[in-house]
Amino acid sequence: MSTTVDFPIHNPVEDVLRMDRIPTIWCPGCGIGTSVNSFAYALMSTGIDIKKVAIVSGIGCSGRVSGYTKMDSFHTTHGRAIPFATGLKLANPELTVVVYSGDGDLTSIGGNHLIHAARRNMDLMVVCINNMIYAMTGGQAAATTPGASISSTTPYGSFEPELNMAHLVDAAGACFVARWTVFHVKMLEKTMKEALNKKGFRFVEVLSPCPTLYGRRNNLADGLAAMKDYKERSKIRNGAPTHETALVQGGEIIVGKFVDRERPDYLTLMRQQLGANYHPLPPQPDENPEAGVAKEDCCSC
Amino acid sequence: MIRGSVAVTTERCKGCGFCVEFCPTKVLALSSAFNAKGYHAPYMEDPDKCSGCNLCGMYCPDFAIYGYRLPKDGAQPKEAAK
Amino acid sequence: MTHANPESVLTGVHFMNGDAACCEGLLAAGARFAAGYPITPSTEVVERFAARTPKTGGLFIQMEDELAASIALQGMVWAGEKSFTVTSGPGFSLMMEHIGFAAMTETPCMFVDVQRGGPSTGLPTLPAQGDMMQARFGSHGDYLTIALVPDSPQECFDLAVTGMNLAERFRIPVMFMMDECVGHMTEKVVIPPADQIPVYPRRHTKKKPGEYLPFEASEDLVPEMAHAGEGYSLFVTGLTHDDRGYPLMNPAQQEKLVNRLFNKILRAADELVMVEEDGLEDADVVVLSYGITSRVARRGIQMAREKGLKVGFLRLKCVWPFPEKLVREIAGRVKAIVAPELNLGQVVLEVERVAAGTTRVIRMPHAGGTVHKPVDIVAAIERGLA
Repeated sequence: MSTTVDFPIHNPVEDVLRMDRIPTIWCPGCGIGTSVNSFAYALMSTGIDIKKVAIVSGIGCSGRVSGYTKMDSFHTTHGRAIPFATGLKLANPELTVVVYSGDGDLTSIGGNHLIHAARRNMDLMVVCINNMIYAMTGGQAAATTPGASISSTTPYGSFEPELNMAHLVDAAGACFVARWTVFHVKMLEKTMKEALNKKGFRFVEVLSPCPTLYGRRNNLADGLAAMKDYKERSKIRNGAPTHETALVQGGEIIVGKFVDRERPDYLTLMRQQLGANYHPLPPQPDENPEAGVAKEDCCSC
Repeated sequence: MIRGSVAVTTERCKGCGFCVEFCPTKVLALSSAFNAKGYHAPYMEDPDKCSGCNLCGMYCPDFAIYGYRLPKDGAQPKEAAK
Repeated sequence: MTHANPESVLTGVHFMNGDAACCEGLLAAGARFAAGYPITPSTEVVERFAARTPKTGGLFIQMEDELAASIALQGMVWAGEKSFTVTSGPGFSLMMEHIGFAAMTETPCMFVDVQRGGPSTGLPTLPAQGDMMQARFGSHGDYLTIALVPDSPQECFDLAVTGMNLAERFRIPVMFMMDECVGHMTEKVVIPPADQIPVYPRRHTKKKPGEYLPFEASEDLVPEMAHAGEGYSLFVTGLTHDDRGYPLMNPAQQEKLVNRLFNKILRAADELVMVEEDGLEDADVVVLSYGITSRVARRGIQMAREKGLKVGFLRLKCVWPFPEKLVREIAGRVKAIVAPELNLGQVVLEVERVAAGTTRVIRMPHAGGTVHKPVDIVAAIERGLA
């Protein structure tokens, strides 16, 4: 073939990552990085201004995502990413705020905040990586750990019933609830794009392998074995009622977009209720005329 | 007509095998060579089958591989300026 | 330094309680957004704020618990606003992790603690001063805070403004230690015109994205700040971090970072001596007090002076950092320091430490629920002279 012009190869995902911190701390075969690909492609395809995107995470392996994203990213305390994100969004509604954290962080210690943010229909997107274990701290059982799993705090097998996150968040009032595994990279990207373009409380659960801790103790040789397991056991049921989407150990992994409804978000409800009692922000006295980027009077969206 | 190719950043790879397994046309295999951390990175064992779909890139948890389509005019790729 | 926004200031002469005055002070200082959770006897602050803010722009959100409130306010700060929360003992305990997070991430904000009887649920509607050590040491790890203690509704206004200003200057969480008595007493409060209320603006960087390092210390050891959505690609974490904000978890960086967090306040310790004094020059005994207790101390001192005793009055408006130099100097020349407080001995421990045996320190422990009696202050003064 004749060569005329060179063209550059550039992985577009690198534009939204802190490449100076790659390679990541995640284990070989961990799926968190895979979910970040889906998210990055979804985000870039929406055309949302990356400078106005804020990522908020909690503590845990999944919480480390905020350390790799180039957007304004906040690595907050365990379980409290959602209230921090709430504060960010309320004080600057122009921001697109995405919470990216893990199942233990968001649904156990953070469970109360998850419920109330969904109830309020706070305009936040929550990506919940579900690896069914507390990975960062060495593999303790989580509320999502399937029954009879071996973990470091359940050495004889766990016996607590698992949480069905999708059902919880649906019941609390979320307007968008979906679940995929990191095997479903393309569907996940499409769903994340839909979620990004929607307003209100959006929850995307993403099942991911944890080969080092969950997998190793529970007969899943490595990340690849877990991925093949997802491929085999997943069943796409879009629109399934969330009370039927429980993850049963060894059973079907129900995936798909379960809930997609319209509900007014928190700020819309606030403005409706307050009516004339609500005034948009007046400008603060001008202290630093040349400082940085001026924040425009917001709350008109 | 070869439609695509991949670029591998060997040093980032952790040898998880996702790209090899999920490539729709079975282009990739793990190399017998290893990187500085001791992982076996992928290489194109059957490059003619590559369509440049970038499913490998989507699966890679470590952003170590990227699939791209070759332009029809036959231009050769070069690494993007960092 | 700038001045308050006239839209937020209720200029005039008012008859209001400490909680209400605190709210007005926070508004005057530029707080427009807040998150909170109800707890007696602090709730009135945010109830008033919830009524005031939507009309001046801004919002109060009642969160589902104190854990949420104490970090939601920090999200508001990083979005570009000044923020605070209010609580009392049990909530203060819950908020400790996030006070530490604010200290580590250098998030300027204020935590108002309207102290009540403790420990645990204690006496929800009665005063105490039992959280003073907690204000200094409540969160884990090494960090310094500034703790201000008002003694009247007027001071609830004045010191709230001061506290918010200090928070912005040092990029720290400031502890505002009221008590149920000061919070619920109703007195005259004079709120000046907005242009007479100094307000310390957010120390926003003038550097462009790419040149700016979020945690690079300025001359006074405090970094300049930027907000989400401005293109600075911030990374903020509670992990030990470098100037870029990136986690750097080794002993050398720990030493560097934690010492800087300490030193940015310690360096200014002399400026942070905020006291009210009377009759210290020739005193034989000095009564050191703060908050509501100082009002009883005043009366006790008056009674003691009527008996001919030479007693000095030292009221701390800023308890942390503790005014070591001042107290050490006084300890060196008086026969005794009497330290009444509505707890079983907290700030008095600092007095004892700093006096280092050079004077007698007379404790006046009180489990809380009500204030000391002036006659007990006199008795303590006389014990000091015996």
